[in-house]
Amino acid sequence: MNMHSIPQRTQAETALIDAFGERLSLLPGDGAVTLKRDDAIEAIKHGLPTRRLESWHYTDLRRLLTSVPAFDSTAATKALPPIVEGSAILAVLNGVSGAKFPAIEGVTVQRLSEKLTDGSIAPGLDPYGSDDAIGALNTAFVADGYFVDIADGAQLEKPIELQNLQAGGQVHVRFPVRVGAGAKAAIVERQAGEGAALGSSVSQVVLGEGAEVTWLIVQEQPETATHLAQFKAHLGKNSKLTVFFMNAGGKLVRQEIVVRTTGEGADFKLRGINLLAGDTHTDVTMVLDHAVPHTTSTEVIRNVVTGKARGVFQGRINVHQYAQKTNAKMACNTLLLSDDGEFSTKPELEIFADDVICGHGATVTEIDHNHLFYLMARGIDEKSARGLLVKAFVAEVIEELDDEAIVEALETRLDDWFVAHG
Amino acid sequence: MLEIKNLHARIVDDGTEIIRGLNLTVKAGEVAAIMGPNGSGKSTLSYILAGREDYEVTEGDILYNGQSVLEMDPAERATAGIFLAFQYPMEIPGVATMEFLKVAMNEQRKARGEEPLKIPEFLKRVKEAAASLNMDMAMLKRPLNVGFSGGEKKRAEILQMKLLEPRLCVLDETDSGLDIDALKIVSDGVNALRSPERAIVVITHYQRLLEHIVPDSVHVLYKGQVIKSGDKSLALDLEANGYAGVIGEAA
Repeated sequence: MNMHSIPQRTQAETALIDAFGERLSLLPGDGAVTLKRDDAIEAIKHGLPTRRLESWHYTDLRRLLTSVPAFDSTAATKALPPIVEGSAILAVLNGVSGAKFPAIEGVTVQRLSEKLTDGSIAPGLDPYGSDDAIGALNTAFVADGYFVDIADGAQLEKPIELQNLQAGGQVHVRFPVRVGAGAKAAIVERQAGEGAALGSSVSQVVLGEGAEVTWLIVQEQPETATHLAQFKAHLGKNSKLTVFFMNAGGKLVRQEIVVRTTGEGADFKLRGINLLAGDTHTDVTMVLDHAVPHTTSTEVIRNVVTGKARGVFQGRINVHQYAQKTNAKMACNTLLLSDDGEFSTKPELEIFADDVICGHGATVTEIDHNHLFYLMARGIDEKSARGLLVKAFVAEVIEELDDEAIVEALETRLDDWFVAHG
Repeated sequence: MLEIKNLHARIVDDGTEIIRGLNLTVKAGEVAAIMGPNGSGKSTLSYILAGREDYEVTEGDILYNGQSVLEMDPAERATAGIFLAFQYPMEIPGVATMEFLKVAMNEQRKARGEEPLKIPEFLKRVKEAAASLNMDMAMLKRPLNVGFSGGEKKRAEILQMKLLEPRLCVLDETDSGLDIDALKIVSDGVNALRSPERAIVVITHYQRLLEHIVPDSVHVLYKGQVIKSGDKSLALDLEANGYAGVIGEAA
């Protein structure tokens, strides 16, 4: 019996493999990059992940990815106004970066297509594991993006907004970002578009010693789009990273967050809200490695589920053997507003050190009818009262971010979602 | 203003009958005190007046200005002018107190066909009301009732009552959890709202509150019925002799 027999390929798998054959000659990259692409497509030839693969158990990509749109290089789209006024915008429109971009003091920007062509980005194209389907898909097809280098000690006053705006078809982009020692920056990663698209987006961030970064992922894809995204970060000594994500769209969404503390004193915060509506599937999967002693992390995820939406949060914290004095806390709270909605939470702690503090908690609730009664008893009609309570549930996470301009911008996005789905 | 006629009501969940043929009339301008031992149905009555869905009225009626309120939801009753000051005000994380006050005031104005308040006017009203209750504005920046002490929550209830200007105020054990100074401040706040157009129903365990908010009528509630009504001297009598005598008379 052949244990490695490959089941018959799905339509989507075949389409991806065929597309690779047709696209390869058009994709930027030197020999080293092409080798990485060849490796990556091999992984896809072995099949997209199924529920039998533990990290994909709740998101059977092979079954859920039913069709793959063709590349459409003629589609056009325009950059969006930034969510925080005054931000420097680096837009990738329908998969293509702009030749001109704003000068930002202390920051060097390069089109990723150039770094693919000269091969300097090739080492960064390694997938991080055998179940890294998003990494493989992106490596195979990535055509553009931006490479951003923030100089040591640079203090950015305004955020940089990375926009990945699809216009239908396929879009595969990558944003490698280096944040120098002692630098401070806020970066907004905007994922949106207007077509029936299949997209992959990979952000890779390295924080130098003492760097401080707030990274916002604002995902507002249309309900026709499949959005496969990865955020990977390495945290140097005494660096601080806060990742805030807001998923408020997409038909099939998987956002992976892969973080590793590599220097003592590093601190990681993950805050996120999933606003799930319609007949959609959204998966947020975090893998956090506390790899050195004295590092801290907290993760707070809030989910609102309506309609027939399905949500997943997998949170895995690995505390390595030498990572003593790790302090990690994770919470995932879900508000279910419909009978047909569902949310699956899977916290995992794998601890090999013996002197650590680690905890996790998960709750699933409906709207508290005592709260609803109280608000209504003050004359607030039922619909408005429910709206206030749902918004309060997620706004708590936003208000924790201590930048007023960012808080305001995110609350506006939140209000927009409630107007559309309230 | 308020007429409760042969009211019977039970808990929806388990069918336990709590109110068993209650009759009560409160006129505009009147302050009525409802007293009674634990478990007599005092708080239940307040919830039923406010329209809480956990209770079901099986018989009788509640008329407010001559109209039945039984088919109205809590928000409709509130916009019609009924206000319940809760015995245990809810803590609602994430809802900022100021935002809540603004929404509540404007929803009520909207229901009455009035324009929403302009922000400076809103702030002015809140500041005045807070000052009269000796409340710190910093408190109102916090989420609704979250981290408030028992006394602060009660003050916040009276603050809302002042701002919403209801016609029928129901105060459920507003004195519980208040020290003597806070009791004075809260009572002054309630007394300031006494007017010929407004009725106030004060539900309490003790005579203490009624020394500050002097009632026009006193009603003893027992096993879901008003078993005795009188003037303020009835409250003094209860304080001196307990409920046993009155209950004995009724039995």
